[in-house]
Amino acid sequence: MVEKLKKAEVLNLSFGYSPAVKVIRSINLPIYQNKVAALIGPSGCGKSTLLRCFNRMHDLYGQVKYEGEIKLYPESVNILSTTVDPIEVRMKVGMVFQKPNPFPKSIFENIAYGLRVRGIKKRSYIDDKVEDSLKKAGLWGEVSARLHTSAAALSGGQQQRLCIARALATEPDLLLLDEPTSALDPISTAHIEELLAELKKSVTILMVTHNLHQAARTADYTAFMYLGDLIEFGESDQIFTNPKEQRTENYITGRFG
Amino acid sequence: MQKQVERLKRQDAVFWLVGLGSLLFALITLLSLIVDMAMTGWPRISAAFFMSFASRFPEKAGIYSAWVGSLTVVMVTAMLAIPLGVATGIYLEEYAGKNWLTKLIEINILNLAGIPSITYGLMALGIFVYHFQLGQSIITAGLTLGLLILPIIIVTTREAIRTIPSHIREACYALGSTKWQTVWNHILPYSSGGILTGVVIALSRAIGETAPLLTVGALTFIAFLPTPPVMAEPPFVSFQWLLDPYTVMPIQMFNWVSRPQEEFHVNAAAAGLVLLTMTLLLNATAIYIRYRFRRKYKW
Repeated sequence: MVEKLKKAEVLNLSFGYSPAVKVIRSINLPIYQNKVAALIGPSGCGKSTLLRCFNRMHDLYGQVKYEGEIKLYPESVNILSTTVDPIEVRMKVGMVFQKPNPFPKSIFENIAYGLRVRGIKKRSYIDDKVEDSLKKAGLWGEVSARLHTSAAALSGGQQQRLCIARALATEPDLLLLDEPTSALDPISTAHIEELLAELKKSVTILMVTHNLHQAARTADYTAFMYLGDLIEFGESDQIFTNPKEQRTENYITGRFG
Repeated sequence: MQKQVERLKRQDAVFWLVGLGSLLFALITLLSLIVDMAMTGWPRISAAFFMSFASRFPEKAGIYSAWVGSLTVVMVTAMLAIPLGVATGIYLEEYAGKNWLTKLIEINILNLAGIPSITYGLMALGIFVYHFQLGQSIITAGLTLGLLILPIIIVTTREAIRTIPSHIREACYALGSTKWQTVWNHILPYSSGGILTGVVIALSRAIGETAPLLTVGALTFIAFLPTPPVMAEPPFVSFQWLLDPYTVMPIQMFNWVSRPQEEFHVNAAAAGLVLLTMTLLLNATAIYIRYRFRRKYKW
């Protein structure tokens, strides 16, 4: 059997905004390359908090202290280390949020922005990258004729795919999705789920979701969290059909949460 | 049951009457003042009125030095207050940590916005006129009014920035932007409508201010213009005008009103009409800017 390649690994991670209250405790979790991993669990279990450690979003809200590590491979750097700049981390780890949040600029500028932040000015390169990212996000056909019109005019589902394209344009090592479909209608949701299967060929995906069916359908691996602890992690098939932990079973069968 | 509904309805009607009454009271008072001023002043409005200096003959007197003074003073005010105020607002909102010190600064800025303007005049008299020896000059007036409207600009800048939803900010940071990139490419453009509106309203307040300028000694008879800023011979630009004496519209009005002759009061009304028009135009600009930006940026 071939050893599965790890893209990242969470090692004994605890985090909380105040030292006394830990929102997540001693998490250990491998993230496999070119796979989709889902974080599930009831509201307040710490899954979004864990996700937002991966791109150091917590650093935006004051002095925070991470205990433990998140290693990013193949460089094997601890991205939570105080010597690593959060901006460097965000250059490598893209994120898509719960609510579609395009900038109030044109479709083109939304996607080009990540490149501009990196100091890329070459017009032809940006043009290619915008087209490429929109194609990957399955939006090119719908917007190719109006790239320079406002992104605000797009529908919610289109806006969310635009946000995915925006995150893809900078070729991240890891793509974080924070409940990417919870604000969308079923058709747009299906669209994005199909997209994930295609995207994982080129990028590793870590996704928080409230929708268990979504995790079962799209994720290769699933981690169940409860009250700040990681209860169980495994292949989605196993988690959803044959969970080892009683609490996991209770949650996926809808007995609580 | 029905009785209670009727009682509540009566209550509604009473409040409607009271509200309408208060509105009409304010409106009618204001309107009659404006109409009275316009009726008195209108006949005096002419090209000559704008292009004549103050004079001891009321029919020859005009507002030339006053409107030029108002314009130059407001220019200096804007050059001081806009960059300082906007930068402070951005710093407090985006850069400063949220702790008791910033809270304290915040409260004090709000307080500064409410301080009687004459206090600024007294402070300016001490600092600019006596300590820095700037005299009764345009720069003194500009700096004084600049300080006066600084808190207003800071507060409106912060409010404008706060209307930008945090998820837009997060989207930007998630792409690897630095703080400055976020501020320059997103925060500033999206809040510029609100900031500009605040700036224009603050400037229109500065145009009408009288008390602080009286304190720094603006009440003088000025029958000449400041030195022109451009010259025919090198170095071509001159900043002498900053140190020239001046008068401004409200002070010219004050000057004329305090004279015994009835004819000067007509001049005052005409100047008031011009000042009022200037202020209303500025406020209209502010409303237009706000309208334009509201349509441009929707979340």
